[in-house]
Amino acid sequence: MAGYYEGLLIIVGINIIAVIGVSILTGFTRLFSFGNAAFMAIGAYAGAIISTKLKMPLPIAIIGGMIVSAIIAFLLGKITLGLKGDYFLIATLGFGESVRVIAENWQAVTGGSRGYTGIPMKTDIVVVGISVVIAIFIAWNLLHSKIGRNFQAIREQEVAADAIGVDTAKYKNLAFMISAMYAAWAGVLWGHYYSLVVPSMFNLVKSQELTITVVIGGLGSLSGSILSTIFLTLLPELARAAAEYRMLAYGLAVVLVITLRPNGLMGYKEISLKVIVAWIKALFSKKTAAVGKAE
Amino acid sequence: MIIQQLVNGISVGSIYALMATGYALIYSLLGFSNWAHGDIAMVGAYIGFFAITASIFPWWVAFLLAIAGAGVLSLLSERIAYRRIRQNNSPTMFLMIAAMGLSVTIQNAVLVFIGSKFKTYPQILPVKAIEIGGTFIGLIDLISLGVTVVVLGLLFYLIERTKFGLAVKASATNMQVASLLGINVDKYISLVFLLSGSLAGLSGVLLGMKYTVYPQMGNIALKAFIASVFGGLGSVPGAIVGAVVIGLMEVFVAGYVNAGLRDLFTFALLIGVLVVRPTGLFGKSVQDKA
Repeated sequence: MAGYYEGLLIIVGINIIAVIGVSILTGFTRLFSFGNAAFMAIGAYAGAIISTKLKMPLPIAIIGGMIVSAIIAFLLGKITLGLKGDYFLIATLGFGESVRVIAENWQAVTGGSRGYTGIPMKTDIVVVGISVVIAIFIAWNLLHSKIGRNFQAIREQEVAADAIGVDTAKYKNLAFMISAMYAAWAGVLWGHYYSLVVPSMFNLVKSQELTITVVIGGLGSLSGSILSTIFLTLLPELARAAAEYRMLAYGLAVVLVITLRPNGLMGYKEISLKVIVAWIKALFSKKTAAVGKAE
Repeated sequence: MIIQQLVNGISVGSIYALMATGYALIYSLLGFSNWAHGDIAMVGAYIGFFAITASIFPWWVAFLLAIAGAGVLSLLSERIAYRRIRQNNSPTMFLMIAAMGLSVTIQNAVLVFIGSKFKTYPQILPVKAIEIGGTFIGLIDLISLGVTVVVLGLLFYLIERTKFGLAVKASATNMQVASLLGINVDKYISLVFLLSGSLAGLSGVLLGMKYTVYPQMGNIALKAFIASVFGGLGSVPGAIVGAVVIGLMEVFVAGYVNAGLRDLFTFALLIGVLVVRPTGLFGKSVQDKA
């Protein structure tokens, strides 16, 4: 096992990848899902099987896990994406729990509740670091492209988007598939870090955590989601004594954020160099103006 | 044998029905899924448990305390969280996020401050099975069923035959017009939350008596949600029918297929309903609003 801090960073990295997926789905397309942990599980198991039974290297396992998740997401999306927000959420919740139940009972493939063991430990800080960078790069470019703008159009006013000719069904399904692929990516890395995949790792609580992280970071900000993940993953580790208060604090944070500051920490804004530079300039210009007045 | 299963299914379903009704009430009024509903039931179960084990109150007072406590908690959650979101003119989705946050908060608050050990209700009623014509029904189940029927009957009377019910129905149909007509919509929303919370508290106590009390027991409300979807989101009679159907299905699957796969069948039913008839059995066919 890696050193303590290294391990922490690996977990942060894995969570960031999963959260980016949820951010694209929920923050940018406004589809709330409680099933993304299930896609992590699917990816984890698929990746584990590819690694152990087919003896393929890690990147192949990741791609394999992503493909399996994407197919399942596509099928699920076809069935459920036509539904209104609440219904869709319940459907994804049902899906998430179903995957967990199936994983617990399908002894032959998944090893049941005891889990899938013996996965080679291939995830280390370098792998995670490269993955995170690639993940952010892809997501950023996706969101700043026509596809990303279509997602946001659906988020803001789906009917209007339909009216101008955006194929909302296709783009919603695309967002769903992409979030599933990111979740699977994170899942494969997870399995290859812990050497073990257990159904209870990917339950409703995990799905809720992912969504909560995006809400707190800002529904519409990729950098907000990333910052929020770093913060929310590291904080309980640094405050070990308060570990059992973690989920309680999460819940309270969500309620506070959504009632008092619904846009989350960063709202729709992203961290950008331009904004930081302009802010510094403004600081200086105020100072000179004040000095001028004093004279 | 089948009749025995039917009886079991109906008695399981009746508890789901109580929970589903409270949930459907809020959905029909505000159009959002109160994810915290199950956890309010759980709080009711805990209040009942502590009240009874404190041995100061007779059992029926303890029950009333539990129901009132859950109702008040529900009312508070409306006043503190949901009302502010409504006033902010935030999208309805935010109400649901708040409910989700409240659910996590309440569950974990109980987990942290009271502990995760399972608690069992002390025996107030003898654990007997009564035989009616060859089928057995537990005494507790019989009482649950009776209480459920009576409560739902009272609720029906309240909604359909009183001015209160009329005001609630008016607000549910069109909140703005109702308030233009002089109905204090905020007050009625608060009262509905109180009512819904009380129903949750009652179902929590019944569940606690039948099984055990633990922080995650609120998750059983998921069955109530599915029952509501099945019966038609927003329709109270639909929720009741849906709950009984789910209760029956659970018992039959557990009996004839495999107990572990029980939940899988329930979710498959959910997906099936959503695909074939998304508005549910009695649901109003509401077009997707922008």
